[in-house]
Parts: sequence; structure tokens; C-alpha cells
Amino acid sequence: MRETLRFITCGSLDDGKSTLIGRLLWESKQVFQDQLSPLAQDSTHPGTQHETMDLALPVDGRQAEREQSIAIDVAYRFFATPKRRFVVADAPGHEQYTHNMATGASTSQLAVLVVNASKGLQTQTHRHARIVALLGIRHLVMVVNKMDLVGWEGTVFSQIVEAFQPLVSALGFESFQPIPVSALKGDNIAERSSASSWYTGPSLLSYLEEIDVTRVAADLKFRMPVQWVNRPDQDFRGYCGRIASGTVRAGDRVRVVPSGVESTVRSIVTLQETKHTASAGDAITICLEDEIDVTRGDVIASASDPAEACDQFEARVLCLSQQELVAGRSYLFHLHTCQAVAAITAIKFQVDVRLGTHLAKRSLELNDIGVVNLSLDRAVPFEAYDRCRRLGSFILVDRFTNQTVGAGTINFALRRAANISWQTMDIDKQARAWQKLQKPVCLWLTGLSASGKSTIANLLEKRLFASGRHTYVLDGDNIRHGLNRDLGFSEADRVENIRRVTEVSKLLVDAGLVVIVSFISPYRAEREVARSRFDAGEFLEIFVDAPLEECERRDPKGLYAKARRGELANFTGIDSKYEAPEAPDIRLETVVLSAEECVDRILLALDPRSSHHAKMD
Amino acid sequence: MSNDLANLEAESIEIIWEAIALANQPVMMYSIGKDSSVMLHLARKAFRPAAPPFPLLHIDTTWKFREMIAFRDRIAAESGIQLLVHTNQKRLAEGVSPFTYDSERYTTMMKTEALKEALDTRGFDMILGGARRDEEKSRAKDRIFSFRSAGHRQDPKLQRPELWNLYNARIHPGETIRVFPLSNWTELDIWQYIGLENIPVVPLYFAAPRPVVTRSGQWIMVDDDRFPLNPGETPEMRMVRFRTLGCYPLSAAIDSTATKVSEIIHETQNARTSEREGRLIHFDQTAFMEPKKKEGYF
Repeated sequence: MRETLRFITCGSLDDGKSTLIGRLLWESKQVFQDQLSPLAQDSTHPGTQHETMDLALPVDGRQAEREQSIAIDVAYRFFATPKRRFVVADAPGHEQYTHNMATGASTSQLAVLVVNASKGLQTQTHRHARIVALLGIRHLVMVVNKMDLVGWEGTVFSQIVEAFQPLVSALGFESFQPIPVSALKGDNIAERSSASSWYTGPSLLSYLEEIDVTRVAADLKFRMPVQWVNRPDQDFRGYCGRIASGTVRAGDRVRVVPSGVESTVRSIVTLQETKHTASAGDAITICLEDEIDVTRGDVIASASDPAEACDQFEARVLCLSQQELVAGRSYLFHLHTCQAVAAITAIKFQVDVRLGTHLAKRSLELNDIGVVNLSLDRAVPFEAYDRCRRLGSFILVDRFTNQTVGAGTINFALRRAANISWQTMDIDKQARAWQKLQKPVCLWLTGLSASGKSTIANLLEKRLFASGRHTYVLDGDNIRHGLNRDLGFSEADRVENIRRVTEVSKLLVDAGLVVIVSFISPYRAEREVARSRFDAGEFLEIFVDAPLEECERRDPKGLYAKARRGELANFTGIDSKYEAPEAPDIRLETVVLSAEECVDRILLALDPRSSHHAKMD
Repeated sequence: MSNDLANLEAESIEIIWEAIALANQPVMMYSIGKDSSVMLHLARKAFRPAAPPFPLLHIDTTWKFREMIAFRDRIAAESGIQLLVHTNQKRLAEGVSPFTYDSERYTTMMKTEALKEALDTRGFDMILGGARRDEEKSRAKDRIFSFRSAGHRQDPKLQRPELWNLYNARIHPGETIRVFPLSNWTELDIWQYIGLENIPVVPLYFAAPRPVVTRSGQWIMVDDDRFPLNPGETPEMRMVRFRTLGCYPLSAAIDSTATKVSEIIHETQNARTSEREGRLIHFDQTAFMEPKKKEGYF
């Protein structure tokens, strides 16, 4: 018996995917009688096949989906023939659920792409072929379904196959098999049908039973990402994980990446007690000869050919969220068992999934695939995805909502970080600060337009200046006249706007100054990034808090009125969101407090810090 | 062991390690059934030579088969793992039983409510369960790491995309994750693995003469004298076994002569009905599972 085949079915809506899977389950006698009985009731819904038993119904799971006759989530179905077991991921066809289809593809070895013979190739056909190729699926079956609707015309089949052939070559699939079928009637599913005497290839089921999808193992030696350190007592310390590549046995010399420390394997605990060698796919616990520091996220690798660690990558990314992925924004980055913070430093291009061409983009929207550069806050052990799926695939997680917003595959490491070393200066931040007799700090004022930021910033600088501090104000409007005059008010531009101001204020703090930033800075994520660029205590988030109605009433520049008239797009508070700080260092309610009182509060917050600093010096 | 089973075993253990590594307060649901037995066996293998670093939790409705409870206590004692047992005492005191309420409301009170109560009291945030995707239609779409909002509600729209074997277990306070290490196993895999690894299971899975009566055309075992017999009714001894186990008044037996694992495997391979057919709760509602899961049921 061949090993289980995991495959995905995809294709456009209404191509009959669910009916096809229902048919496969039926032919392999995997539809249980009691699962059919509720279907008899369901089948009276309009829009379903009456005369033939509705084979799609056992497959479609969720209540909401059954009511709308669409599938929004990936369903996993299991069936077996005497020759092989199958796990099939039934992926949604609708374009807005392409990300669910990618989810199913990520664990599949083969894709069955369904095409409706009466409709021909669709945009979704191209899109799905490209996505499965991007995710590393090397075997493609094209099922041309509903052949009964075109009278089993052989030319319809051959024209569809011919039109699709260039894409198959371009995407470099290892195998490609087109099969004409009628899922509804069962032709060419389990057995060859007499309806298509012109077709000489195999039936779908017999093809799936026979195909060999064994991957030629990349020439990689032992690598195992550490999932869990098992340390019940002083006598035992084992590193648990599933082997990503190669083999390991007691006595092997290994290196821990990224620390680079080497040791020798003392013993391995496998799942079968008689087994002393473990290889790719096995879940094992490794004990080492030396007491060295190994934690979750490290990769234990063959010392003669260890994995590398890097903090900058080029990667393909698929956006999985309604929230667009934006250059300059940072995300939590999960790669095998390790976690880091990754910023998208550049979106190089978006892939047009229909034509394969490259499009210039500043952000990636739901279902977009792009090639990006990522910069991490630390070096992580990795492999390129085409060499090792386990060590080259990652997800991006939103730092606030915890939602998975992107998935990606590493193309290669960028060596930039290694080549551009920091220029070490003899005069440093501390020296400059000492010369000015002050502690440099960034006071970041955020709030709606007309909330009072500029007024407070202005007064604050005067007071600080009067007390002998060295200050500088970065004001949103003023910066947009110069440094940021190339930026508009789209989400992507706003993110870049804040990134530049963050970097400038960091330089000014480095120069020893007290920097006052007065920017709407509407997004939490960017303010958090800004904070992360400074040392502890060097950054104070000050929320200038005034209700929208009050700001709109003040409207000193007439901007709210303009925005309300529709003459000003992307205006914060009107048609662009403001994410208020959840826990600002200082909150100033400008409806209650005068500008003087606001400044008093800021100075009060600053003073203990500076006096404390003075004592330390 | 076949490669297929070895792969499933390694995949499940990888999931268990991942869940425990990412958890603050992990717990493993222990329902005493065959799937729980396999899951517990995998956990014990995963953490060898140590014991699994989490307790087991059993929601006891007080209506389980007596043999199940005896088996549970024996396994807990042997494994050395802490066993927590929780019952919805308030509902019990109110007299809620499978005979006083329909199975749907009974399940909500004695299982769903009890489970939420137990999880909240102890602050468990990562809850391992033995559900499989082949059990039921709506299970087929479940994630391996299934996200639950505060109040243990499952919102299908909030489920996170799950690519490769990368699991996002990040949560805010009050939210929890249910983890299903056996997602990709089938009923047949479970029995083959039980046979290969000699995993102990409750004897009720094997055919034996048992006292049964018919209810709604199904065999129900009379496990104790709380069962209300009809006037003049006497239980009949029949050679039966159970494909799934739960509360005895709600678990139907099947006619069978399978007394060994190999015979159960043979029976499973030729089964024309799903194992859930034996659960009476199934028939009270069409697509019963989804509304139940939204409320916080496993």
C-alpha cells in the first residue's frame, strides 16, 4: 500500500468540487448511511440537484454555508481504497476565500484543479494553479468536469487542456494529468467511461492511487527545530522536536543554531524503543553530552553542515487579512518554533496571479501575493523554502489583535546586515547628553487634528527652553512640507510618514536633545514600533485626548468642514481611523485641562526621571 | 507500524509539544473513551522519561457507565498524572438527568456548562481534546488549534488560518485555545494503533452479553437501577458492544461478536454507519454539533 496521499481540490465556484469529492467518497463507499439520512431532508432546499442524490451535501459542513450553498472554510475529508488512503482538503472556490484555499494547499502534496467544461478556464483557475505552485505543490491533476453538459465533445476537452498548457510549463509542475469527467454521473471517476472513447488516460481514482509524490530529499543533513525542553529533574535534560531533514544517531556531532555551540548526541529517545536512528518526520527527544544552553526556537543541526541564521530575508508573502500588509509596519514572525519581530522593509512587487507579471505596490491586500524584504529583531535559524518546507515557512501575526495576517516562504537571506556594520563613534549619545546636562527623551504627542497637540508642543518647548534644556519640535504639518512632502494620506503613506519621523527623532535623541513629536500618528502599531526604537525611559507616549465632536467644533484650519463636504479624503476621525492609545504614559484631556496645566503634567512626569538621572550620574 | 500510522503518531506528538510549549495553563480532557486513551498514550510517549506536565480533566455527569469510572480511576493511579473530576453540582442538585430533560438540554447543562465551570475555576487556557475530523461534518472544518473567545464561544469567523504546521496560539486574557492532536486520525487508525501499541481501553468496546432494552429502535444498556424500565419490562441479555461511549442512557450498543481488537478493526472496515450513530444526542437536531460548539461544547 502506498503512503497516504494528501491532496487539495480547487477551482472556481460552481465547477462541482464538492460533488466531485462526494463522488469520490461514494465510489470508495465512505459515505455512512446515517450521514446520508439528514441529507435527504436537506436536499429539498432550492438550488440543489433533485433527480440525482446530492453528493455535495455530505461534504459541506457549516450551517451558514449550507444555507448559502457556498463553502467558506477548508474541510478535511478522509477516504480509502484497498490501494491507498487519502486526505482531501476541500477548498472554497470563491475568490474572497483564496486564503483558505492556500491553507489547504500548504499541507497537500497534489492539487486537483477542477474546471467546468461548459465554462472553460476562469481567473480562479489561473490563480489557484499559481498559488499551489507557490506553496510548493509539484503535482497537478486537471479535472475537466461536467463533460456531460458539452455532450462529451473531445475537442472541448482538448481546447481547455491546450489553453492551460503554457501555464503548466511556466510553473514547472513535475507531473500534469488532465482527465475529462462527470462527477455527477460518475464517468471516469472510479472507472474509465464508455462516454469518452477518445480519452485514453486513467480514471481519476486509479491515477490518484498510483501517483508517486515522494519528494526527492534536498541534500540537507540533520536539522531539528527544538519545540520543548524536557527537564523533569536534574538528571534528565532532553530536547524535543520533529526532524526537519537528515538523520541522527547517538555519537553524532551537532551544532546549535544560532548560538553556534557544538556538542555530541549522547542518546535519542524515539517513539519505538527498538529504533536508534531517527530521520526526517520522526518526533524525538535528544540528549547531549554537554550541559549547554538550548531553548525552544533553536535548531540542532549536523555540525558538518549546520543551518544558518540570519535577520534579513527576501520572502513571498500571502496576505490573509482584511487589514492590508504595509511596508514599514512590524509583525510577530513565527518561523518553525521560533518567534521574532519582523518589519516589512520593502514590498518589491505584487505577483499578478492571473498573468504572473509583477506590479508595483506599497501594500498587500487580502489574497494578494507579493515578494517582500523582511528585517527581524534577531537572527533566526532557517532554510530556503524550496530546500526545506519546515524551516522556510512562516506566518505573520498582528501584534494587537493576535490574528494571523500573512503567511510566507523564505526565498533567500539578505546579507545586508552582515555587510553594513555600524560605524562606532567615539562621541556617543551619553557624551552628548552629558555635555548638555540633560537626559535626552522623545515626547510623543498623539491625538486627533485640533485636539491641541501643536499648542501644547509649542508651550512645552518654551518652558523647557526657558529652563535651559536643548529641545526640538517635529510637527506633522511642517515635516510634510519638506522631508515627507512625497507622502499622501493613504494607510501605507501614513505608516511611512511615522517611520521617517521615528527615525529622525531617534537621531535627535542620539544627539542628546529633548524631542517633542507632534503628529496625529493614528495607528497603534506604528507608535509601538516608534517606542521599540528607543531605550527604556527614552520615550513617552502622550495622548492628547479630545472628543471628535470637540475637535470638529474647534476646527481652526477648517479641515473637518472640508472633510465633511467630501473635499478632503482620508481625514483622521472622518473617513480614516484613529486608534487611541490603550495605556499611554500620560493622558491629557484638553476639554478639562488648559494648555498650561497639560504642560505642567508633562514636566512633572519628566522631572523625577531627570533628577533620578542626575543622581545616577 | 505502517508509515501512515507512524506519521500520524509523530504529527500528534508534535502538536502536543507545541501546545504545551505555548500554554500558560494546559490541561488534557479525558473522556475515558478510546480517543482519549490514544491521546493520553501519545502524551505519555511525548514526555518520556518524565510524566506529562499537565493534569487530566474529566467532566463527570454521574451517568457514565460504571466500568468507565473504574477504568478512569485505574488509569489515573497507574499513570501518576493528576486527575481532576468536575461535576455540575448545582444542576445535579436540581435533579437534572437524561430522564428529566431531552438530551440536548441535558448535554448543555451537565457537559457544556460543567466544562466551562471547570476551565474558568482553574484558569486553563490551552485545552487538549481528542476530537477527530472524520467524526462529523462540522468537525471536518475544525482547526487543530481552535480559538475560543471569552466565554468559550467558538466563532467560525474568528478561526485563524492554519498553514503548514505553524500554530498561532496567541490570546488575550479570557480567551482560550482548544487543541485537537488527533484531528487527522480516523476511527480505523485509532483501532489499529490501539492494537499495535496494546493500549488499554474500557471493556465496553468489546462484545459481551449485556442487559439491554430498546429505546427508539436502539439497544440501550441498563447499567444500574436508576434506569426507569417500562411496566413489565425486563432487560434482555444480548451480545453487544459500543462504538462510542458517553452517558449510558444516551449511548446505543450495536450487535457484535467482536471480542478482540483485530475483530473490531474488521468490523470498522466494513461499517456502513458512522460511529456517532450510537450517540442519541445526534438525532435531536440536524447539524447538531455546530450550535453546540458555539456554546462551548467540545
